[in-house]
Amino acid sequence: MNPTIIFTNLFALGCLILAFTKDRTKTKQSVKVAVKTFIRILPPVLIIIIVIGLLLGFVLPSEISKVIGEQSGFGGVLLIAILGAILHIQAFISFPLAGSLLKSGASISAVAAFITTLTTVGTATLPLEMKELGKKIALLRNGISFIIAIVIALIMGVIL
Amino acid sequence: MKIEEREKQSNKAMIRDCILLGATLIVAATILLIFPNRVDIVTTTSWDYFLEMMMILPAVMVVMGLFTVWVSKETVVKYLGKTSGIKGIFLALLFGTLPTGPLYVAFPMASSLIKKGARISNIVIFLSAWACIKIPQEMVELQFLGPKFMVARLVLTIIFVTFMGVFIERMIGWSDKKTSNLTGGENGASI
Repeated sequence: MNPTIIFTNLFALGCLILAFTKDRTKTKQSVKVAVKTFIRILPPVLIIIIVIGLLLGFVLPSEISKVIGEQSGFGGVLLIAILGAILHIQAFISFPLAGSLLKSGASISAVAAFITTLTTVGTATLPLEMKELGKKIALLRNGISFIIAIVIALIMGVIL
Repeated sequence: MKIEEREKQSNKAMIRDCILLGATLIVAATILLIFPNRVDIVTTTSWDYFLEMMMILPAVMVVMGLFTVWVSKETVVKYLGKTSGIKGIFLALLFGTLPTGPLYVAFPMASSLIKKGARISNIVIFLSAWACIKIPQEMVELQFLGPKFMVARLVLTIIFVTFMGVFIERMIGWSDKKTSNLTGGENGASI
């Protein structure tokens, strides 16, 4: 049990109690949504957990660090940023993966770039975004988000 | 009808994910059969991550469920549609951090915001906040990447996303003005 786990559970419990005193039916509905979402997210969570186990069990930290570690420099950050922009992984399960990469030799910049492009740049959802928001906004948003992700990643590498 | 369709699609995705999970299990088992000396490290690593996820995910899901039911899409569109300036930016960031669900859920909301005449900067900021700084998501980030990492990324993202929103609005406004000036001129000539 670490502080984050305790804090998160207490926070959720507090919200739940507060909600329950305000509106019971709405709270019951919320719990239903929570259970449904939890079941829905379970298979991808288990997949990523197995992948992390295999990754840490078979790939040496020195190998990870060579590709996306400190010595890989800007190339490594760019590579993983592109990977994050293409891949379509839910944010919830990308954090444990990112954490395991960080523990086994990836640089802070690389991990930050990966998470940021993964969440903000959506190559898979770009056609839908262009349809709903128009080509101009969609392309500008995704393009600038990619550049921003790299800038954020580089700043984080310097300050952390 | 729409809800039924969505349920059907979600069921399909669930089945697909379960098949993927089965395939992953088979591949992992095969690899471990070939390299039995790695069984220990792989299973302990996976088990540790599993425990960590199970201790934090239910709480995160509860918070998410509460936001989903309490903050309706209609509320977000209503408030974001009519606010601008610093207040609009703040509201766009705030609303982006509350609701949950994947980014493609937010596109139709953004599209109805455009139709309502909301500021483009607010819409872009809202979308970006939705994508990468949602509260339930940040709780998981805090757990697996630590407080320093999470706070630094959060602050930097808020700053840059706000600039991006304003910048995109300027660019769109500039190119729209150019085209409307052209068509306006033609209209003027024909009258």
